Amino acid sequence: MSHSKRSDIFLLDTERTTWHDATLWFVRQKRDKAVYATPEFQELRQLASDIKDHTLSRLDFYLQQFEENARRNGVQVHWAADAHEHNQIVLGLLQQHGATRVVKSKSMLTEECHLNPYLIKHGVDVIDTDLGERIIQLRDEAPSHVVLPAIHLKKEDVGDTFHLHLGTEKGNNDPQQLTETARQHLREKFLVSEVAISGVNFAVAETGSVVVCTNEGNADLGVNLAKVHIACMGMEKLIPRLSDLSVFTRILTRSATGQPITTYTSHFSKPAEGKELHVVIVDNGRTKQLGRPDFRNSLKCIRCGACMNTCPVYRRSGGHSYDFTIPGPIGAILSPNIDMRKHASLPFASTLCGSCTDVCPVKIDIHTQLYKWRQVLGQEGEIPASKKWSMRLLSRVLAKPAMYGLGGKVARQGLRFLPHGLTHGKGYNPWAIARELPEPPKQSFREWYAQQMVKL
Amino acid sequence: MKVALFIPCYVDQFYPQVGIATLQLLEKLGVQADFPKQQTCCGQPMANSGCEQDAIPVYYNFVDTFDGYEYVVGPAGSCVYHVRKHFDIIEQTPAVQHVRANTYELFDFILNILGISEIPGSFPHKVGLHLSCHGQRGLHQANESEMTPVRDGQLKRLLSGMQGLELTELDRNDECCGFGGTFCVSEAGISARMGQDRVADHVRNGTRVLTGGDMSCLMHLEGIVRRAKLPIKVMHAAEILNGAIL
Repeated sequence: MSHSKRSDIFLLDTERTTWHDATLWFVRQKRDKAVYATPEFQELRQLASDIKDHTLSRLDFYLQQFEENARRNGVQVHWAADAHEHNQIVLGLLQQHGATRVVKSKSMLTEECHLNPYLIKHGVDVIDTDLGERIIQLRDEAPSHVVLPAIHLKKEDVGDTFHLHLGTEKGNNDPQQLTETARQHLREKFLVSEVAISGVNFAVAETGSVVVCTNEGNADLGVNLAKVHIACMGMEKLIPRLSDLSVFTRILTRSATGQPITTYTSHFSKPAEGKELHVVIVDNGRTKQLGRPDFRNSLKCIRCGACMNTCPVYRRSGGHSYDFTIPGPIGAILSPNIDMRKHASLPFASTLCGSCTDVCPVKIDIHTQLYKWRQVLGQEGEIPASKKWSMRLLSRVLAKPAMYGLGGKVARQGLRFLPHGLTHGKGYNPWAIARELPEPPKQSFREWYAQQMVKL
Repeated sequence: MKVALFIPCYVDQFYPQVGIATLQLLEKLGVQADFPKQQTCCGQPMANSGCEQDAIPVYYNFVDTFDGYEYVVGPAGSCVYHVRKHFDIIEQTPAVQHVRANTYELFDFILNILGISEIPGSFPHKVGLHLSCHGQRGLHQANESEMTPVRDGQLKRLLSGMQGLELTELDRNDECCGFGGTFCVSEAGISARMGQDRVADHVRNGTRVLTGGDMSCLMHLEGIVRRAKLPIKVMHAAEILNGAIL
C-alpha cells in the first residue's frame, strides 16, 4: 500500500488528524523557542554537521579506534552485518547467561532489527521500559515517531490499554495515575531483569565509551540493576572525541522537544565490577548508504525527530503511514536504501517545502535527497507506469512551443465547455475531490500578448 | 536593460491576468520586458515526479529561449527556484550558467535588481500573505520560522507600504499549503487537508484578500476557497501592486 493510501485512512478521522497535527506543531513550537533563545544555534548546527561529515568520511578509522579503546576498558564489542546477525548476537548473549527476563530502554536500532519479536519467539520476556515504548508494546504496535513513539495515541487510548493490560479502572484517563501505574508495573520488571538492553545515542571513539540520553532514567535503572548491559548501536553513531559531545547534547533535545538537555545523559565506559558491558555495532545497510554519494549524509542523523514534528505531511498522516521504522522525512530518505520497491512512495510523500532541512540540527539536506530519490526511483522503474508515460508525453509537448500552445488551447476550451460534473469527476480527477479547477480564461497570456503586438 | 518575461505554463494558460499584471507592473517601474513566445515551462512537473531525464529537452528550450536576455523575470518563485537549483544536470555551458544565474522571481528582481523597496499605492483591504516555500526557503525571499521569530520578507515589505493595507497575522506564518506540484494529485488527500488548514488560518484571522508570490500555491488555495464558497478573493501580489500603484 502506498503512503497516500495509508494517509487517506488516517485522514478519515478529521478530528483526530487535527489533534495529531496540533500536538506535533506544539512540539515544533517548543523547539522554536529553544532555538530562538540560543543565539549560536546555527553555528552549533554547522559544527555538528561538520563533525558528522568528518566522522563519516573516516568511519573505518573511528570504528576501529572505538573498538580498541572499548576493549581496553573491558567492554566486549560485537559486529553485526545485518539485523539477523544482530538479533543472533543478542540472543546468544542472553543464552550464555541463561537470561529470560530482559528490560530494554529506547532504541530505534532494535526496532529496525525487529529484536523484540525475535527474542519473544525464543522464549525471552523482553520489556520496553520507556513509557511510550511500553504503551505501544502492550498494544503490539510499532513506534510512530522516533522520540515520541506513542504520539499517535490520546490519553484515552492509553487509559483503555492500561485497563486491558495493567488492570486500571475502566475510563481512568488521568495521566498522573496512569503514569504511576506504569511506574509500579515497570519497577517489578526492573527488579527481576537479568540483562538490560539499551540503545546508544553517541559512541565516543577516543574513549571507547557509549552515551545514552533518556528523559525517564529508565536506561540507567535497567543497566544498574542487571548483571549484563548490552548496548546496541548503528555504526553511524560515532563521534571522534569526548569534547565533540557537547555540541550534540546541546542540539539534540533543543531540536527534539525544546528542552535544553536530556534529563539523563549517561556515559558507559566500562563494566562495573562483576558485571558485563557489551556493545553490538550494526551495519544493516549503512555501508550501502555510505556508498551513495547523494544520500550518504543521511547517516548524520541523530534521531531527534525534529523533521517529523515540522513536516506538514507527517503531522497529517501519522508515523504509521510511512510503514518504516523511521517515519517522516528522514525515514523517506533512509527507507529506499533498505527496500526501494517497498518504500517507493515515500520520497513522494512530501511537497518538498524544505522545512525538514531547515530544522535538521545536523544539516541533512533532506528535501534535496527526497528529490534525488525520486530520480533514482524514476530511473529504476519504481514509479507508476501511468505517471511515467504521462510525464514523458508532457515533456514532448513542453519541448515544442507550437504543440504546447495548441495543446493548452484545446485543454482550456475543453474545460470551458464541458459540464462541471464531467471536469470535476472525483473518480478520475483527484484534484477535484476537494478543490475547484481554475476557471479557464478565453485567452492565454501568449494569445493576449500576440494580440497586443498586432495592435502596436 | 534587456529583460525577458517568463510566464510559467499554468499562469499562461489559466491566469493570463497575472502575466499581464507582471508585464504592466514592470512597465510602471520603468522596465520594458519582452515575452519570447518560444517559452513553455521550466520542466519542474516532470522532474518532481522523478522524470528529470525526460525534462532535459524542456530545460534546453528554456535556456535557448532566454539566453539572449540580461535578466529573466517570472511571477513564480517555484519555477525560478527550479531553474536555479535543478538545471544542474545539463552541461553547464556559458548560456546555461547565464540563464540560471539571471532568472529572477518578480519581487526579488524589483527589490534587489531594480533597487525599489517601496511602491506607492493604496489597497485598503485585509490581506493575507501566503509565503510560498520555494520562494521563502529556496530563494530566501522571506525569513523562516525555523530560524527566527521575526516575520519579515520581500513581499511583506512591499505590501506593507500600500496605504490602507492591513496584513493578516497568521497563527502559522509559513506552513506549506500542500500544493507541491504533482503531489497535489498523487497525495490528493493530504494535499487538500493541508490547503484546508492553511485557508482556515486565514479565515480565523480575518483575511479578505489572499495573496502571494507564487500562483501555483494560490491556484490550489483558490480551488479550496471556491469549493467552500468562502468570501475570500485570491490574487497574485503582482495584481495587487499593479492595480494599486500610483
